[in-house]
Amino acid sequence: MTAGANNKTESPSSLRLVSTLAIAGLISGIAIIGIYESTLPTITANKARELREAVFKVLPGVSQMQALVYRNGELVAVDEPDKDEPVVYGGYDEMREFVGYAMPAAGPGFQDTIAILYGYKPGEKLVVGMEVLESRETPGLGDKIYKDAEFVGAFSALSIEPEIVAVKKGTKSKPNEIDAITGATISSKAVVRIINEAHTAWSAQLPAPGAEPPIEETESASTEAGQ
Amino acid sequence: MKKNESYEEFIKGVWRDNPVFAQVLGMCPMLAVTNSAINAVAMGMATFFVLVGSSFLVSSFRNWIPKQVRISCFIIIIATFVTIADYTLLALVPKVHKELGAFIPLIVANCLILGRQEAFASRYPTRLAVMDAIGMAVGFLVALLSLGAVREILGDGALFGVKLFSENFEPWVIMILPPGGFLTLGVILLFFNWFKFKKDEFLEEVAEAERSGR
Repeated sequence: MTAGANNKTESPSSLRLVSTLAIAGLISGIAIIGIYESTLPTITANKARELREAVFKVLPGVSQMQALVYRNGELVAVDEPDKDEPVVYGGYDEMREFVGYAMPAAGPGFQDTIAILYGYKPGEKLVVGMEVLESRETPGLGDKIYKDAEFVGAFSALSIEPEIVAVKKGTKSKPNEIDAITGATISSKAVVRIINEAHTAWSAQLPAPGAEPPIEETESASTEAGQ
Repeated sequence: MKKNESYEEFIKGVWRDNPVFAQVLGMCPMLAVTNSAINAVAMGMATFFVLVGSSFLVSSFRNWIPKQVRISCFIIIIATFVTIADYTLLALVPKVHKELGAFIPLIVANCLILGRQEAFASRYPTRLAVMDAIGMAVGFLVALLSLGAVREILGDGALFGVKLFSENFEPWVIMILPPGGFLTLGVILLFFNWFKFKKDEFLEEVAEAERSGR
C-alpha cells in the first residue's frame, strides 16, 4: 500500500526528477494551447453574437450596427476598436437611417462591477432600453436589476435630462424618474448612476442630433462591428 | 470477482465514503455554487471530468512518476484538465460559465481531487482508479445536486429554473445566499451522522444478540 513501491529502494537522480517535470509541463502546455486555439473562434463568435443581440435588444427597430469611437474631435466608424478605447455602437434601421446609440457603461454595483448596455436616442434625449451584460449582484435580490421585467421595462422610455433619478417604488411621477427595486435599492441606484455617468462623459463627444456618422457598406459594418 | 471489486470502488464513493457527506471534502465549491440546481450540475460535471481524467493519467503513469515529484506531477495533470474544462464550458455554455465564475479555475484546489490521486490513483491499477474516480465524482455530483435542489426550491421556488409554486410562494431568499448553504449542508450532515449512528447501534445490537445467543 505504499506509493511507488519500485522507487523506494534507491532515490532517482535529479536529472530524472527534472526531466519528468519538464516532460509533464511540456505535454500540459501543448494540451492547453490546443484547447485554447480550438475554442477561441467559438468564444469570440459567442461574445460578438451576445453583443449584437444586446444592441438589437436595447435599440428596438435596429437592423444594422457599427462600432463608433471618438478620435480627433469627432465620432468615426471603425471595424475593430482598439483595446480599452471607449466605444459606442450606432444602430441603423433597414433604410440605413440612424436610430440611436447603444452605449456600453460600467461601474461599481453592490458586490462587483456592473457592466450594462443602454440604448440612447439623442434626438429625443431618451433612454430606450437597458441590458445588464455582466454583474455579480446578490442572487434573489440584486440580480433583479436584470430579472425584474418591470425594472428593465422602465428603461424603455426614460428621459435622461437633466438626469435619471431612482425613487422609492411607486412614487415615480416625472419622465426622468424610475422606481427602484424593493430590496435591491443599491443595485438599482448603481444602474442609474452608471447610465448618468456614461451620459455625462459622452454627451460632449456625441455629435449634434442629425449629424451622426452614416453607416458604412452594409456587409462589413453589420458583420464585423463588435468583434 | 473482478466485477465486484470495481463495483465496490464505485459504490463506496457514492455512498459510504461520499466525498462531501462522509469525508467533508471540497467544501468551497460545495457552498459557493449550489445556489441553483443547474450550477450544481455544471460544477459536478466539470469536477467529474477533471477527477476521472486525472485519475486515469496518474494511475497509468504511476510507475514512471518518481515519488519525490509526484505532487507536482499530479497538480500539473489536474491543472491541465481544469483549463480544458474551463475553456470548453466557456465555448459551449457561456451563461453557465458566467454564473460559476472563478470557481471553475478553483477546481484545481479542490482537495477531493488531489486527495484521490495521492490516496488511490497513484497506488492502484488504472481500472480500479477510474472506477474509484467515477464513484467519488458521482458522489460529489449527487451531494452538489441535493444541496443545489434544496436551496433553489426553497430560495427561488423553482427547480432547474422551472417554477414549482404559485405566485403566492414567498421565496426564502436566505437559502440562496451564503448562510443558506451552511444551513442546508448542516442539516444534511446531521441526517447522515444520525443515520451512521443508528446503523452502528444496530450492528452492535446484532453482535450483542449473537454473542448472548452462543
